[in-house]
Amino acid sequence: MENLGLIFAPLFSYKLLIVLFFGTIFGLILGVLPGLGPTTGGALILPFTMTLDPLSAIVLLTAIYCAGTYGGAITAILINTPGTPAAAATCLDGYPLAQKGEAGRALGMATVSSVIGGIASVIVLIFFAPLLANLAYEFGQPEYFALAIFGLTMLASIGEGSPIKNLIAGAFGILISTVGKDFMTSIDRFTFGINELTEGIGFIPVVVGLFAISEMLTQSTLINQIFNRVALKAVKLPSIDDYKKTWKTIIRSSGIGSFIGVLPAEGGTVASLIGYAEAKRWSKKPEDFGKGSIEGIAGAEAANNAATGGAMVPTLALGIPGSATTAVILTGLIIHGVRPGPDLFREQPEFLYGIFGSMLIANILFFVLGFFGAKIFARITLVPNKLLWPMIFAVSVCGTYSLNQSIIDVWLMLLFGVIGFFMRRYGFSVVPVIIGLILGELVEGTLRQSLVIFDGNWLMFLQRPIALTFFVLSLIALSFPLIKRKKKK
Amino acid sequence: MNDVHNEKGTNKSLSLFFKSSFIVSAVIILISSILLYFTFTFDIVPPILNRGIQPATFPKALLILIIALTLLTYFISLKNPWKNEKKLPNSFYITLLSFVVFITVSKFLDFFLGIALLSIIVSYFWGERRVAYLIIVSIIFPLIVFVFFETILGLRFPPGIITNLYYG
Repeated sequence: MENLGLIFAPLFSYKLLIVLFFGTIFGLILGVLPGLGPTTGGALILPFTMTLDPLSAIVLLTAIYCAGTYGGAITAILINTPGTPAAAATCLDGYPLAQKGEAGRALGMATVSSVIGGIASVIVLIFFAPLLANLAYEFGQPEYFALAIFGLTMLASIGEGSPIKNLIAGAFGILISTVGKDFMTSIDRFTFGINELTEGIGFIPVVVGLFAISEMLTQSTLINQIFNRVALKAVKLPSIDDYKKTWKTIIRSSGIGSFIGVLPAEGGTVASLIGYAEAKRWSKKPEDFGKGSIEGIAGAEAANNAATGGAMVPTLALGIPGSATTAVILTGLIIHGVRPGPDLFREQPEFLYGIFGSMLIANILFFVLGFFGAKIFARITLVPNKLLWPMIFAVSVCGTYSLNQSIIDVWLMLLFGVIGFFMRRYGFSVVPVIIGLILGELVEGTLRQSLVIFDGNWLMFLQRPIALTFFVLSLIALSFPLIKRKKKK
Repeated sequence: MNDVHNEKGTNKSLSLFFKSSFIVSAVIILISSILLYFTFTFDIVPPILNRGIQPATFPKALLILIIALTLLTYFISLKNPWKNEKKLPNSFYITLLSFVVFITVSKFLDFFLGIALLSIIVSYFWGERRVAYLIIVSIIFPLIVFVFFETILGLRFPPGIITNLYYG
């Protein structure tokens, strides 16, 4: 807690303020454009961060994350298409309210509830991440293995796709991580005699392929789609009456979003769906939901932005991504030589509190930019796909090539783009692949090292209380979709 | 697909093979089985050097898990069929083809030329007919990206007929 003062450090660094400003603008643009979003955008910007110092690089990525999550609401409200998956629930009431000529009111509520949710989650991050990091001192290899398994089983309950399909996708992600030289024995696995594959498959070709290129292919099937765009005069701050109606919803959704965000693998999409459903459940007028309820917008937006800070908790404290975008941020940390975990909290507090402070400032920045600039950002959606996507392709190709200067990486990106397209077409979410890829090395590494420590005795995993707790939680996570299905019936 | 075959009076049991759930499951199982076969070709660590499990064990377990889960998904789909996907439009296949063009051109001629060709193909077949915009998308923008990466990140792009001119 003695480091709390460090939170204000970014305010006194003109360099960080400039990075934050551009990160927020870039995040808003990415959030507004359907199909892009902070995950793809973060992956595309990753090579550029090599020109920055580690703190500026991570600040840039987190600003994109915070602003991008909010930016999705602008498109959800004005053209009934979520700019990001996390804004899907915002469409349900945002667009009907905009159609009633109240687009400014809808965007005002989305902006205010996003900022409150975002700031609340950063406060959770500031207080909860150091506690979790302290707990992680107790973790050995078996505990990390059990934790990674827990993270993977959580994939069964993420919002998109069927639980089994999510698990298949997660296993596919882990399988990708096994390509290359085995880290313990240096034996080649799935390299097929290709030299470039001995180092393994990088994160960037996979993430850019699965998100950007597969989205390009999806857009190629929608070239005749016409969006009905609602005109926006100006964003309006919510009235006293609106505040009275929504303050409880905003507080509740901020709590829900922060909690969901902390859970490994869950992110803003799940948070917003639960936040929206709870807002409806507790509302005095649930019949208004889906017809332009201001509470619906507040419930979804506060929750998805609250998930941003929450998702950073396991990412920074344990090195386990809380969402797809934090998986990109985690890669950014690793690329810049920063190893997340308890030692980071002890050895580099100024770095961590710089991130916390920057996230707070990013929330305030996107409030100002969203409030005064939503009209301009909304115009970005007017850029036709026939011009936009070839340009995104050029950036994707150069960005992917730049990290290792490898043409094989570019081809892999295209391959994963095609795989991602067909995965999404047949109901497989691509997010679990990313989580699986990130956790794969941890799962296999900790399993094999644990077996060495235990002399091959698998039962030892169950004799360690923390590991056992994570295994029990994994079983609960796996059975959760079944319970939910039974409840529905 | 299923409906089409039923309309034509095809045997109902035969139509199962044309369902997307069957095709997707079959493809996943086939690829997983091939990869599983490859895991048997991995080098084996002698017992004296082996610490823990063999390098092939983990990927083997993963592939068996994928096959088992895919079978489970398929059997569930028999009760709860997947929704029928719309036929893919020509623009999709052209975009896919442009990837092949990009790979071929960037490998044998020039990386920049590959990007320019893909951009012009995609933009044109997605409906852009204005020459000025086609030039912006296929030449000016890739050039800006190219120069940006080259100067800011110090990136050296692979040699090719155009790139060599730039590098002199």
